[in-house]
Amino acid sequence: MSLPDVAFSSVSEFFAMGGHALYVWSAWGLTATCLAGLVIATRLSRRAVEADIRRRLRRESARS
Amino acid sequence: MTADSDSPQAPARKVRPRKGGLWPWLHRMGAPATFFTASRRWLPWLWALAIIAVVAGSVWGLAFAPADYQQGNSFRIIYVHVPAAILAQSCFMLLAVCALLFLVWKIKLADMVATAAAPVGALMTALALFSGSVWGIPTWGTWWIWDARLTSMLIQLFLYLGVIVLRGSFASRDSGSRAASILALVGMVNIPIIKYSVDWWSTLHQPATFTLSEAPPMPASMWIPLLLMVIGFYALFGALVLMRTRVEVLRRESRKQWVRDLLSPHSDSRPGQNSPAGSVSTEGDH
Repeated sequence: MSLPDVAFSSVSEFFAMGGHALYVWSAWGLTATCLAGLVIATRLSRRAVEADIRRRLRRESARS
Repeated sequence: MTADSDSPQAPARKVRPRKGGLWPWLHRMGAPATFFTASRRWLPWLWALAIIAVVAGSVWGLAFAPADYQQGNSFRIIYVHVPAAILAQSCFMLLAVCALLFLVWKIKLADMVATAAAPVGALMTALALFSGSVWGIPTWGTWWIWDARLTSMLIQLFLYLGVIVLRGSFASRDSGSRAASILALVGMVNIPIIKYSVDWWSTLHQPATFTLSEAPPMPASMWIPLLLMVIGFYALFGALVLMRTRVEVLRRESRKQWVRDLLSPHSDSRPGQNSPAGSVSTEGDH
C-alpha cells in the first residue's frame, strides 16, 4: 500500500476543514487540552504528595 | 568496602522474577512496594507507544485520510470520538475487575488502581459525549437526542461520578472503597447496553466501526489512522493510570518504611536497609 495523498491542497484549506473547522477543531482541541491537563495535574499531585511526606519526615527527625 | 556490598536490598525491593509464570509474578506485583519499584520501568515504554501512535494517527487522520463522501471533513472527529468512547468502556471494565479483586481477594493495590483510573474514565466519557455532540451538529442537525446510545453514555458518566464521589464520602477509607467497588460491579450492566444500543434500538448513531467478524466499512486510509489512535489512547490511558496509581501508592503507604527510605533526606537512619548510594532517587521519575 502506498502512502495516501494529502487531503487538502493548501494550509488554509486544512484549517478551514471544508467549512467544518469549528466542529473538527473544537472536538480535537478540547480532547488534547483535557488529556494534557490531566497529565500535568498528575505530575503536580505527585510532587505535592512527595513534598508532604518529606516535610513530615523532616519534622519527625527534628523532633527526635 | 563499596557502598553496595553492605546494603542488602529489602525482600520487597526485589523485582527480578525468581520463578517463571504469570501467577507468581502477579502475586509479587500485588505488593505496593514491589509494584512501585517495578512499574517505573514500564512508564517510558507506554509513553513512547502513546506518543508515536497518537502523533502518527493524528497527522494521518487530520491531513492524509480522504474526506468522507457524505460528511466531508467533519468525519475527522471520529479519530478522537471513537478512541475516547472505547476507553470509556474499557476503563469501566477495569474498575469492575479491580472491584472484584478488592472485594473478594482483598488486594489493596487493585483498589488503588481503581482510585487512579476512575477520573481518567470519567474524562474519556465526557470527551466522547462532547466530541459526539459537536459531530452531531453538522451531521444530524442536532447536538443531542435522547436515543439509547447517547442516553446510556450519559448514564455511564454519572456512574463514573458516582464511583468517585462514593469513594470519598465515608469516614473510613475501607468503607468508601467497598461502596465504590459495589457500584462499579453493579454499573457493569450498562456496558452491554451501550454496546448493543445501536443494534437493539433504531437510532441516528452509526454501528461500530471495528468488529471482530467483519472488515471496517471504510477504506484502509481511513481506518488505519483510527486504529493507531485507539492503540495510542490505550497506551496513553495505561501511562496515565500507572502514573496516578504510583501517586496513590505513595499517598496510602506514606507511613511505611519503604516510602521513608525512598524520600528521607537521611536514608542511612536505618543501617543496612538502604545506603545513600543504593537509594532510589525519585527525581525526574513521573
